[in-house]
Amino acid sequence: MMDVPITELRSVHLAFGEQSILSGVDLRLEPSERLVVLGQSGSGKSTLLRLILGILQPTSGSVQFQGEEVAGMPRRRLNAMRQRIGMVYQYSALISSLSVRENLALPLAELTEKSPKEINALVEEKLQLVGMIDAREKMPSELSGGMRKRIGLARGIILDPALILYDEPSAGLDPVISSVIDDLIISLSEKIGATSIIVTHEMGSAFKIATRMAMLYQGRIIATDHPDAFKVSPNPIVAQFISGNTHGPILEGRPA
Amino acid sequence: MILNPLPYARSILFDLSSAVWLLWRTAQEMGDQIARGRLPFRPSLFFEQTDRVGVGSIPLVALVSFFIGLTMALLTGYQLQPYGQESLVPPLIAIGFSRELGPLMTGIMVAARIGAAYTAELGTMTVSEEVEAIEAMGLGPLRFLVSPRLLAVVLLMPCLVVVSDLAAMAGASVISFWAFGIPFQRFAESGLESLLIHDLVAGLVKSIFFGLIIGLVACFKGLTVTGGAAGVGKSTTESVVVAITAVIGFDTLCNIVLLSAFPK
Repeated sequence: MMDVPITELRSVHLAFGEQSILSGVDLRLEPSERLVVLGQSGSGKSTLLRLILGILQPTSGSVQFQGEEVAGMPRRRLNAMRQRIGMVYQYSALISSLSVRENLALPLAELTEKSPKEINALVEEKLQLVGMIDAREKMPSELSGGMRKRIGLARGIILDPALILYDEPSAGLDPVISSVIDDLIISLSEKIGATSIIVTHEMGSAFKIATRMAMLYQGRIIATDHPDAFKVSPNPIVAQFISGNTHGPILEGRPA
Repeated sequence: MILNPLPYARSILFDLSSAVWLLWRTAQEMGDQIARGRLPFRPSLFFEQTDRVGVGSIPLVALVSFFIGLTMALLTGYQLQPYGQESLVPPLIAIGFSRELGPLMTGIMVAARIGAAYTAELGTMTVSEEVEAIEAMGLGPLRFLVSPRLLAVVLLMPCLVVVSDLAAMAGASVISFWAFGIPFQRFAESGLESLLIHDLVAGLVKSIFFGLIIGLVACFKGLTVTGGAAGVGKSTTESVVVAITAVIGFDTLCNIVLLSAFPK
């Protein structure tokens, strides 16, 4: 018997009015995988994450999380499901009116029965994990981009989720901090055993983090493979995207 | 050029139905939390908002109402003086403010001060993905963000109307003493004697609905912001314009209905 995948998308179509974003995405994510989704800007990578979270509903097709259909799920069950998914935003999306400690404590205080003492201990543990224990009383506006990203990461794992979604985790960071974030993603996935989907443009980060890669192009997943195989992919679109070559099918808009 | 009213009618209907939808979804999310045996929102957030809406608005509401009461008493007193009827100034101000001008002026001031702040705040949270992050955590952004704001403005509006009424009476009594020689005590007695309980109740009940309108419009406009900083600015302006228009429109409707149903 096959294991239930963490998440599975089958023939997912999504359109906003006349504009088609996804046109038949098929994707399956097994437990403990770190799947990096590559694709051009505006290709619908972040949209994929929002479909898994149930923030967007597909026009047609099926989005499942741990065997449950996400599309059309009743509100209470959807909120319960979201507690098993951690989302790390490109610009961290920390609540600006709350301190670092309050940001991390919020889901614990609102969604669990833990005592303030237990919440405090968990917050400290996660801050320790991302190396930000000294920033606990700071406000988000007092933090640099890299620090905010790490706090966002700590908040994403505060409820020990089964799946962590990363939206451009190293975008806009210098190479050193970007490397720190990559190492954190790897160590977090190994320490808490969570499955991850990472959406990124940064090829260095992508190859470092991924246990599997997928390429989204013109609304479809056109290739999915292990990173080593991806590096030597015969698919001209994948090859052009990885090399960053200006000549090739991507700029010519050729279909896959 | 003939003005086509259809787009305006459609836009008003859309705003109205959206406000009702927002209220319903907020109530549902609050209900979910209550069903789990939890408070629907954080008390600290609610008290933060009541402090902002109530205590924070008192100086503005009191000052503006004081000046309006003063001006109204001065202008009407001068019109009535040639007929020896300046003693009608206290009842006129008392009834006028408790029933109509108090709630209306307070509604306009709260829409401008608090409605704009709500929209700008929630709009900024929306464009910086904070609202989505709250939703993604399964917290229910409406009960978490909208319910304390909405309740604060609904509950504090009647209190602010009382402040407005008293400030207007104070302004009117000062000018009535100085310009028409009406003593403070006589002004207060005459004003209070003329007031009927339904004048006070009508004003206070209306103000609760004004609060609901302002809160719903402001939160809806904030949560539906698109287009970054420019979008926040545009939505904030729209929020104030729509809330003030809706408050005045609702007030007019109330007056027509109330005066038709209870002419005396």
